[in-house]
Amino acid sequence: MGNLYTAISANKRNSFFITVAITAFFIVLGYFLGTYWGSSYAGVGIAFLLALVMSLSAYYGGDKMVLAASRAKRIEKKDYPQLFNVIEELSIAGGLPLPAVYVIDDTAPNAFATGRDPKHASVAITTGLMQKLNRDELQGVMAHELSHVGNRDILYATMVGVLVGSIAMMSDFFLRSFFWGGGRRRRSDGEGGVAGAILVIVAIVLAILAPICAKLLQLAVSRQREYLADASAAKLTRYPEGLASALEKISGDREVLEVANRATQHLFIVNPIKPFEKRASNLFSTHPPIQDRIARLRGMR
Amino acid sequence: MGWIVLIIIAVLLFAAMGIFNSLVVLKKRCDNGWAQIDVQLKRRYDLIPNLVETVKGYLKHEREVLENVTKARQQAIDVSGVKAQAQAENVLTGALRQLFAVAESYPDLKANQNMLALQEELASTENKISFSRQHYNDVVLDYNTRIAQVPANIFATLFNFKPREFFEIADAAEKNAPKVSFT
Repeated sequence: MGNLYTAISANKRNSFFITVAITAFFIVLGYFLGTYWGSSYAGVGIAFLLALVMSLSAYYGGDKMVLAASRAKRIEKKDYPQLFNVIEELSIAGGLPLPAVYVIDDTAPNAFATGRDPKHASVAITTGLMQKLNRDELQGVMAHELSHVGNRDILYATMVGVLVGSIAMMSDFFLRSFFWGGGRRRRSDGEGGVAGAILVIVAIVLAILAPICAKLLQLAVSRQREYLADASAAKLTRYPEGLASALEKISGDREVLEVANRATQHLFIVNPIKPFEKRASNLFSTHPPIQDRIARLRGMR
Repeated sequence: MGWIVLIIIAVLLFAAMGIFNSLVVLKKRCDNGWAQIDVQLKRRYDLIPNLVETVKGYLKHEREVLENVTKARQQAIDVSGVKAQAQAENVLTGALRQLFAVAESYPDLKANQNMLALQEELASTENKISFSRQHYNDVVLDYNTRIAQVPANIFATLFNFKPREFFEIADAAEKNAPKVSFT
């Protein structure tokens, strides 16, 4: 199951490394693109600035972006007292501060949590989920979501998600401008045509590979974290059956969550854009198969 | 040559500081965890007068049950000492359970909005009390484990970090559950 302390520090460390790695990658890509367009310095400079702005806004504002994208509304205890109580009980069990609570008006049952650490956490839940689950199941789901924040999964996923998205954007932009005949200026120190062509090829290869590799990395890491969040949830509630039966109910529901899209799918407790849960050991699945998760939970203790 | 010795000493000092500080953090968590339990217990005391007021009108013929709850609450507030308090809490839990059991046979009361909200609050408070105890035990486990491990145990003995007791309660209600026999 893994030691939680090491998982948390690993996530923090990896968040830092991924930010550094992607910034470095930006700079390399920026160098090649800049060279192609005439100034490698400008390329590097712009790339670095972009990376910096992206990292800071992801770190400080990532959670708000996701909440806005999901059309979640902040609520008070008097609006949904049972939900609040369930979450408050969990924060007591984990010795964590109370997160901000949001509700999404949708009949599809789903939930997610966001926030770079427990002090800045938010949980969102659909009205559909609250209707379909009983108190214990609701608590299991909330425990899973809060565990994601506590384990710093959200921190890591946010840094990776926004930066990967920006790499994809940048490469897309480059490919577009290349195909439409963008600037063909040569470097002023008179490099030969062959070297120039090699540069272009490398740049293209980078631009195509980069988003694919990054996406793969993001997905592979997501699935391990789901298992760990399930385990942390069981540790919080000491009642894994709550979450297990909730997952059963949610997976049986065929409804598609309207506000979810490819950018946010990995945050939700059950993949919201795949209405039919296949036994996907596919590398492109952000969530492990539900039957596996339920089996692991019921096998505990 | 002297520099190397100084560097080694500095590293050891920082390591020692780190270990000592982590012990302090773990111990403070235990203190905080303990205080949390009290917070939840007090929350229950505060909810009960409201509960008694709400049900009084409906349960006119169940005065004894209501009195038990009020008395048990006062007893739990007044008593001191860990064991005595735990016992008083058990008595209060038993009295509350009796009250809810009795309320089941009064459909008017069950439908009352106030009563439903109160039931959720009290049920949640019971959960919060258990969870705060669970959390306390978790942090005590962390702390006790840490001060037993090498090298922190050296610091523990040096600076008098003693192991803490786990919170254990004997559920009075469970102990006194009636035995059913079909002979």
